[in-house]
Amino acid sequence: MSADGADKPRSGFRISYSVLGPLLALALLIVLGASLNGNFLSYTNIANVVARASFIGIIAVGATFVITSGGLDLSVGSMAAFVAGMMIIIINGLVPSLGGGWPTIVVGILAGLAIGSLGGAFNGLLVTAGRIEPFIVTLGSLGIFRALITFLANGGTLNLDFTVSGVYEPVYTGDILGVPVPIIVFAVVAIAGEIIMRRTRFGRHAAAIGSNEQVARYSAIKVDRVRFLTYVLQGFLIGVAAALYVPKFGSANSSTAVLWELQAIAAVIIGGTMLKGGFGRIWGTVVGVIILELIGNILNLQNLISPYLNQAFQGAIIIIAVLLQRSRRTS
Amino acid sequence: MDADSLVLSAQSISKSFGPVQVLFDVDLNLRSGSVHALIGENGAGKSTLMKILGGYQPASSGSILIDGMQVRLADSATAEANGIVLIHQEFNLAEQLTVEANIFLGRELHNGPFLDWRGMRARARTLLRELETDIEPQQRVRELSVPQKQMVEIAKALVRDARILMMDEPTAALTSKESQVLFKQIEKLKAQGVAILYTSHKLEEVKAIADNVTILRDGAKVIEGPASEFTVDQMATQMVGRDVSDLFPQKSAHEDSAEALSVTGFNVPGYVEGAEFHLRRGEILGFAGLVGAGRTELMEGIVGLRHASGHIEVGGKAVDIRSLKDASHLGLAYLTEDRKGHGLLVDKQMRPNVTLLGLDRFVNLFIDERAEDRALDKSIEEFDIRAPNRQVKVSNLSGGNQQKLLLAKTMLVEPDIVIVDEPTRGIDIGTKQQIYEFINALAQAGKSIIVVSSEMAEVIGLCHRVVVMRAGRLTGELTGRDITEENIVRLAVGIEGDKVA
Ligand SMILES: Nc1ncnc2c1ncn2[C@@H]1O[C@H](COP(=O)(O)OP(=O)(O)OP(=O)(O)O)[C@@H](O)[C@H]1O
Ligand SMILES: [Mg+2]
Repeated sequence: MSADGADKPRSGFRISYSVLGPLLALALLIVLGASLNGNFLSYTNIANVVARASFIGIIAVGATFVITSGGLDLSVGSMAAFVAGMMIIIINGLVPSLGGGWPTIVVGILAGLAIGSLGGAFNGLLVTAGRIEPFIVTLGSLGIFRALITFLANGGTLNLDFTVSGVYEPVYTGDILGVPVPIIVFAVVAIAGEIIMRRTRFGRHAAAIGSNEQVARYSAIKVDRVRFLTYVLQGFLIGVAAALYVPKFGSANSSTAVLWELQAIAAVIIGGTMLKGGFGRIWGTVVGVIILELIGNILNLQNLISPYLNQAFQGAIIIIAVLLQRSRRTS
Repeated sequence: MDADSLVLSAQSISKSFGPVQVLFDVDLNLRSGSVHALIGENGAGKSTLMKILGGYQPASSGSILIDGMQVRLADSATAEANGIVLIHQEFNLAEQLTVEANIFLGRELHNGPFLDWRGMRARARTLLRELETDIEPQQRVRELSVPQKQMVEIAKALVRDARILMMDEPTAALTSKESQVLFKQIEKLKAQGVAILYTSHKLEEVKAIADNVTILRDGAKVIEGPASEFTVDQMATQMVGRDVSDLFPQKSAHEDSAEALSVTGFNVPGYVEGAEFHLRRGEILGFAGLVGAGRTELMEGIVGLRHASGHIEVGGKAVDIRSLKDASHLGLAYLTEDRKGHGLLVDKQMRPNVTLLGLDRFVNLFIDERAEDRALDKSIEEFDIRAPNRQVKVSNLSGGNQQKLLLAKTMLVEPDIVIVDEPTRGIDIGTKQQIYEFINALAQAGKSIIVVSSEMAEVIGLCHRVVVMRAGRLTGELTGRDITEENIVRLAVGIEGDKVA
C-alpha cells in the first residue's frame, strides 16, 4: 500500500491543465505559424483568420449554451444556410418596393434574426414540450432545413440582388477603426455570451440543468423554459452569422454551411465545455474556433504538409481535447 | 473470540487528500462471524476507511492483512477477489438498468456464451423476497424510491458471497421495519462466518447488533472495545467529544395560532388519496409511516413537483401551486430526501449549490458572487459544514456534510413553511442536536415546519403533532402525550384506524 494519496494536487493539476490546455494549444500554433511564415503574424493575416472564424464562432457561442445545458444542436449548419437563403429571397423581393439601399437590408437582417430564432424555437419546443432527445430532433431538422434551402434555390443557387450587394458588402468587408466588422460582431457576441454564462441567472441555470436536471427541477428552476431559451438563443445567433455571411458571399445554395455543426461542436469541446453538459466556457469556445481556423491557415502558409490534411489535424485536436476532459472527469 | 477467527487486519492506515490528512494511523481488526461497528462524527473518516479496505481508494500509508497475509488492494476487483464487498454510503446503481441487471452487474450468470436471464431473475427474486420487499427484478432502478434502492444495494452485495462485508450507513435510508429485515440478514451472515464492518449514526442500532465498536474522531481512533462495554450515551460522548444526552430541545410552548397551511381532499395519482391536514404557525408537524406510505409523494405533490389535485390554503388563502417556483413565491420550501439525485449538484462546488434555490436573492442584473460567498460563509458557520476547503467538489464532502449543505440551501430562502424530508439522514448525533435546535428555533420564530421522518425518535422528540400515513392514506393523528412509538406503529401498520381492507 505504498500508493501516493496525493489525489488533490493531481486533480488540481488536471483542472488547471484543462483551463490552460486550449490556450497552450493556441500559443503553440501561433509560434509554429510564426516560425513557418513571416507573414503569419501580420495584422492582415490574423484579422483575416479571425474574420473567417467569426461565422462558426458566433454559432459556437450559441452551441456552448445548448451543450452546457445538456442539449445538442446538429441543425446549425443547415439552419444557417436556410436563414441565409431566406434573407436573400426577402431582400430581393423588397428591392422593387423599398429600393436597393439600407432599409431593405435592415428589414432583411431583422427577418433573418427572426427566422433563426423561430427555427431555434422549433427545435426547442420539440425537445422540451415534445420530450424528444435533442440528438433526434436536430438530426431531423438538419434534414428539413437542408431540404428547404435546396428547394428554395430550386436545386441551384440563390443570388443576392446586384444593387443591394454593393451596399451590403461593407458589413463583412468594412472596418471600424481598422477592426473588421465581423470581428467586432464576433467579439460583442462572445463577450456578451461570457457574461451571460458566468454572471447571470440564465447561465447558472443552464449549467445546473446540464449537471443534474432533477436537482435543477427541485431547485425551482423552470427547466423546460431555460432549455427552450438555449435553442432560441442558438437560432438567433445563427441569424447573426447569416447576416454576415450574405454580404460576404452574396449567395446561398444547398452546399452552404455544410458541416458547420461539427465545426461548432468541435470548437465548443476543444474549449473545455463538457459534452455531457454541466459546465461551459465561452472564452474556451472562442479559442477553440480560432484554433480550428489557424490549423487551416498554417497549412496554407507552408508547403511541407498538404493542406488537404487539414481535417485530419482538426480531428486530432478534437480527440486530444476530449481525452483531457475525460481524465478530468474520472479524477 | 479466538485469534484465528481474525480475517482482516488493517494496520496504521493513514490517508491524505493533498495537504489534508483525514485518517491518522488507524488500526482495525475484523473477525469472522462478528459485527464490528465503526462510528464517528460526519467527516471523521469512516467512509474513507471503508473505501480503502474495499479497494476504491489507495491508502497513503499502512498495511492490510487478510488471513495474516499482506495484500495490496489495487482496485475493487482485487478486493472482491479477496472476498471483500462494500455497500457504499451513496448509491452506485445504474439507474437505467433493471433491478436484476444491477444486482448481477459485473457478476452476470452465463449459460454458455449467453446471459442466463432466467437464472439471474430467479435468484434476484428470491433475494428480494428474503429482504421482504415487493420490488420486482424487472423494474428499472430509476423508478424505485430511495429506500428501495438501498434494498437493491443490499441485495447486490449479498449475491457477491462476501467473506468480509462492509456496510456504510445502510440504514440511513430505511425505516425501522426494513432495518429489522436487514438485521435478520446480518444475523444469518454472521452464522455463516462472514465478518461485517458496519457504520451508522443510529447508535441504538449499533448497540443492538455490534459485537465490537471502533470510534473515530477527526480521523484517529479514539477507543475500541466490545459493544457491551459502551452505553449509547458513552458512544455519543466519545464520538463528539462532549455530552449529547439531551438530544432534543424543550418543545416550544405552542398555543393555537393562526393556520399557515391547510390541505384538503388532496390526491396524488397512484400514491396518495384524500389527504387532509392543517398546519399552524409555530408548529412542528411530524409525518410518520412506513416506506411507501406516500409521505414523500404527498409533500412533492403539495409543492408542485408532482401532478396532484386538491385544495390548498396558505395563510387562509386558497392557492394554486403548479410548480416549485409557485410554492417558493408563497414561502414554501421543500427539502428532498434524495440528496444526490434531487438535492445537490455533486460535481459542482459548494457556492453554486447553496445559492441555487435562492439565486433570485443574489441577482440584480448579474449574480453578485461576493454576496454568494458571504451566504456560504454564513451557512458553513450556521450548519457547521466541515469541508477540507471551499473549492472542494460536493461529491468529496462526507455524506453528513452534504446533508448539512442541502439544509443550508433550503433554509437560505427563509421559508415561512418548510417541509423537510428525512432532514437528518446520515447526520451525526452532535449535529443532529444542532439541527433539532435550529428547527425548534424556527418554530419559535413563528415559522411552520413539517418533518417527514422515518426515525421514530425524531418524530417523537421534536414534533408537536404527528400525522401517520399508511398506503397512501392518512390513518391518524397524535398529539402531546399520545405521541408514542407504540401508537405510531399501530397506525402505520394498520392495526387501528383501518378504514380500507
Ligand atoms: N476525494 C476527496 N477529496 C478531498 N477530500 C475528501 C475526499 N473524500 C473525502 N474527503 C474528506 O475526507 C474527510 C472524511 O470523509 P468521510 O467521507 O470518510 O467521512 P465519514 O466519516 O464517512 O462522514 P459521514 O458520517 O458524514 O459519512 C471529509 O472531510 C471529506 O471532506
Ligand atoms: Mg460516510
